[in-house]
Amino acid sequence: MAIASSSLTHPDRFASRHLGPDPDEVRDMLKVVGYGSLDAFIDAVIPEDIRLRKPLNLPGARSEREALAVLRALAAKNQVFRSYIGMGYADCITPPVVLRNVLENPGWYTAYTPYQAEIAQGRLEALLNYQTMVSDLTGLEVANASLLDEGTAAAEAMHLTAAATNHDGPGTYWIDIGCHPQTIAVVRTRAEAVGIQVTVADPKSFTFKPGTIGCLVQYPGTEGDIQDFRSLAEKAHGAGALVSAATDLLALTLLTPPGEWGADIAVGNSQRFGVPLGYGGPHAAFFATKDAFKRHLPGRIIGVSKDRAGRPGLRMALQTREQHIRREKATSNVCTAQVLLAVTASMYAVYHGPEGIKKIAERVHGLTAILAEGARRLGYKIGHAAFFDTIVIEGDEAKIKEVVAGAKRRRINLRPLGATRVGVALDETVGLEDVEDLAQVLALGKPLPFKLDDLIAAAKSAIPQGLIRTSPYLTHPVFHRHRSETEMLRYLKQLEDRDLSLTSAMIPLGSCTMKLNATTEMIPVTWPEFGRIHPFAPRDQAQGYTDLFRQLEEWLAEITGFSRVSLQPNAGSQGEFAGLLVIRAYHRAHGQSHRTTCLIPQSAHGTNPASAVLAGMNVVVVKTDAQGNIDVADLTAKAEEHKDTLAALMVTYPSTHGVFEASIREICKIVHAQGGQVYMDGANMNAQVGLCRPGDFGADVCHLNLHKTFCIPHGGGGPGMGPIGVAAHLANHLPDHPVVPLGVSESCGTISAGPWGSPSILPISWAYIAMMGKEDLPEATKLAMLSANYIARRLAGHYDLLYAGKNGLIAHECILDTRPFKQSAGVEVEDIAKRIIDYGFHPPTVSFPVAGTLMVEPTESEPKVELDRFCDALIAIRNEIREIERGEADREDNLLTNSPHPLADLLADEWKHPYSRERAAFPSAATRAHKVWPTVSRIDGAYGDRNLVCTCPPIESYATVG
Amino acid sequence: MANVPADLSYTAEHEYVKTTGDGSVVQIGITDYAQGELGDVVYVDLPKAGATFAKGAVFGTIEAVKAVSDLYCPVAGTVVESNGALEQDPAAVNREPYGGGWMIKLKVKDQAELKGLLNAAAYEKQIGK
Repeated sequence: MAIASSSLTHPDRFASRHLGPDPDEVRDMLKVVGYGSLDAFIDAVIPEDIRLRKPLNLPGARSEREALAVLRALAAKNQVFRSYIGMGYADCITPPVVLRNVLENPGWYTAYTPYQAEIAQGRLEALLNYQTMVSDLTGLEVANASLLDEGTAAAEAMHLTAAATNHDGPGTYWIDIGCHPQTIAVVRTRAEAVGIQVTVADPKSFTFKPGTIGCLVQYPGTEGDIQDFRSLAEKAHGAGALVSAATDLLALTLLTPPGEWGADIAVGNSQRFGVPLGYGGPHAAFFATKDAFKRHLPGRIIGVSKDRAGRPGLRMALQTREQHIRREKATSNVCTAQVLLAVTASMYAVYHGPEGIKKIAERVHGLTAILAEGARRLGYKIGHAAFFDTIVIEGDEAKIKEVVAGAKRRRINLRPLGATRVGVALDETVGLEDVEDLAQVLALGKPLPFKLDDLIAAAKSAIPQGLIRTSPYLTHPVFHRHRSETEMLRYLKQLEDRDLSLTSAMIPLGSCTMKLNATTEMIPVTWPEFGRIHPFAPRDQAQGYTDLFRQLEEWLAEITGFSRVSLQPNAGSQGEFAGLLVIRAYHRAHGQSHRTTCLIPQSAHGTNPASAVLAGMNVVVVKTDAQGNIDVADLTAKAEEHKDTLAALMVTYPSTHGVFEASIREICKIVHAQGGQVYMDGANMNAQVGLCRPGDFGADVCHLNLHKTFCIPHGGGGPGMGPIGVAAHLANHLPDHPVVPLGVSESCGTISAGPWGSPSILPISWAYIAMMGKEDLPEATKLAMLSANYIARRLAGHYDLLYAGKNGLIAHECILDTRPFKQSAGVEVEDIAKRIIDYGFHPPTVSFPVAGTLMVEPTESEPKVELDRFCDALIAIRNEIREIERGEADREDNLLTNSPHPLADLLADEWKHPYSRERAAFPSAATRAHKVWPTVSRIDGAYGDRNLVCTCPPIESYATVG
Repeated sequence: MANVPADLSYTAEHEYVKTTGDGSVVQIGITDYAQGELGDVVYVDLPKAGATFAKGAVFGTIEAVKAVSDLYCPVAGTVVESNGALEQDPAAVNREPYGGGWMIKLKVKDQAELKGLLNAAAYEKQIGK
């Protein structure tokens, strides 16, 4: 028999692994939806006038093995130097048990934000540990469960300050000149957008006049110096102003915490607690403040509440602070957090405990003191007498030049600080041998005139007497119980098992795109060549990253139809903010700085109006018609009414209602005609890739959620990435960076602490695009829409579809109207969502974008058998509702109102409900084979919000189970 | 069904106005219908005594677990007292919106404005009762 040449390529194709339904199943699904071919179906979904009728200009699909080989080659072009640059980033050691079982574990990284608390108690506990750690170390009462980076956290501190001090007008704000330069740039950008006047100066010169809302100081400073800010805090408070401190958790094990010297807010980066540098991220920033300001706290807060049986249960607290509820009245637009990295940092603390962390801090400080002593003996001056882990070495110009060159020869990066000074920041990975290396660099090739032992004997602590920490921290038992790896491993597994992730079942969250996060995409993330690069390392050491950024930017530009892409924004919210600032910069450059009106449809995600306000715009709401589409007549009228000040329209496409609006081209034209720009929210890009492009049908800017469409896992609530694409006329206004200039001529400012946001997760999106290629990317889009329509069709007759586009079809997600059941059976949307948990699934999105409804997004990655299992579950639940409607089940005490059912209730001696335990526990055959059990019954949201507790409660409270 | 007492006045934004013994001072809160729509109230942010508000101005905010709403001043006036008990017991708004769940007592600037408020029948009609 002849050998066919086609048989010589490896049969494994990534697309067939990424896509759930196989070709036979696709045919079956098309039959249900009523179309003869996938192409005929797509033609019926997407308006003809926006279709892309040519293949994407991208490389062909690569196999998993090939993609990994290319990534290996890119990684090899990055050089891992010892980076002693500091500036808020420190190399560290991720405990391997945490690396493998959290960071590299899909049980943790594929979960979603813990909105469904009953199947999220594991990561909620990990995040409560994080908050407790931050609260203890900063000496402040309440902490959140992470922000995006130190720069944006500092900007949030300024916004909280403005909201809490409640001045007339935007006010003025001081920034310590000793703050990290990227922090200053991010805060400045945010301040300018809302009109707050910022002055950067030495804190000794801060004055607090009426209208001064507060100040930001760095503790220890960017050059390592430790200052006593007690009198500054007194002065500020005397004038009604607030003090924020950007700080370092490791330093705070030895230093008087900001909360004890009078700071109102503390922010910083928790990266050095076991999270790889990753050339800038992702890392979890922390934010802590006083109890008095808890209602202004940005981001997500985990709080302790109780379930129906009185057992303690955790949940996200005070959600009314958040942008998704408060919309244009929000003081923060932050949405995605950095959960995976916050969990990693918290587990570092759990594993090492207070003694371990303190010893790490003392060791780093000791080595720094030894280095300082050595530098002095070699004739250098030490810039600041008081320091923790960072010193400035001063000498004459020729000497310093030689020091920098000598360091480079030894593959060491120092921080250049002008001609006569150089900064050295040590970290957990540094040993005595490294200090000796540094001493030799300082000796400029001459033999060392001292023995290291002499230095050790002579070195003294450089922490000022008055700022030595005396208060205890991490006293809760959770930080004392997991010293052996066996205990740690089991603790991590125990928490993981409480949570539902993609490893167990479909997570059909509308608007969230919970698709496959393929293993091959994830593998490079923790390679040292990607993980151990300092964000401010010389660029020639990161050639692999540079190549990867360039390719990814080009590919994303091609996919969106735009001219340029900025990878800087760290999340969708930051992309929105960046995109709007780009638009403002564009108008300003054209003498149109008065253009500040932003039109936003009623149906928009709450983050849109919040971002617009933070970008200094005024929000004007555009109506939505009965079909859920933008009311074009109202848009026309509002655009006309505001034509003199129109800056932008923010529009999500396909709409937040999951529909391709036929009039999108017209909508863009109307806005352009009145001088506005069109900002497209790319949250729903998964319905467009390869089939239509925002840049082609009228958008000027668009952000992409790489953690939705491009496979970065949700990490249990972050990391995310929100790069923006822009049309050519906006390219000059993209974000820039003060430390790593990006060559943008009229930049809108600095959006993130890192020049490229969170680089170490970009290989994920790169690998996805590389492995799908131009052939298979459009397939993913088509199957995402087929799956959504298949679900809608299968549920017809059971649930009403709230909105549909032309031909009765939807895009990639559907809204099920569950509101009628309140009247017919006393069943609320919440009851249905919680009952879905009993069936082993994560519920769809609840009450967004329409209150009282469910929004389902299956993605292309779910196999047909799982789609059917999910539809069967929803139909079975509908039948349970029918039992109530017919009076066969009790209206108050039924399978839905009591859901979810945890084992503790199902197996209790007493069972008082009118239905059987079996029906409650095993409502479907599939649940007998496998399901994730809720560990608590329904959690009382109101109790937790009325009695806010957001640090680990005393252990006894777990014993008093009701 | 929501309770709409006949002897109170109302706004379209679901505040009620109750006259007190002192003819120039009225008690203001949110209606039974409004508390039902909001769900479990967890926090009420109220102004201090002495604050003055125009008719229709925002005098505070009310937060439930998943909703937050502004409170609008039904008539212009000066706050003479706000209900401090709500700080400890915001649930009083749910339990007894017209009693212990009251929010502010307001010295009315212009009595004529009171006449512009909705009566019980008109408010009932508005909430579709």
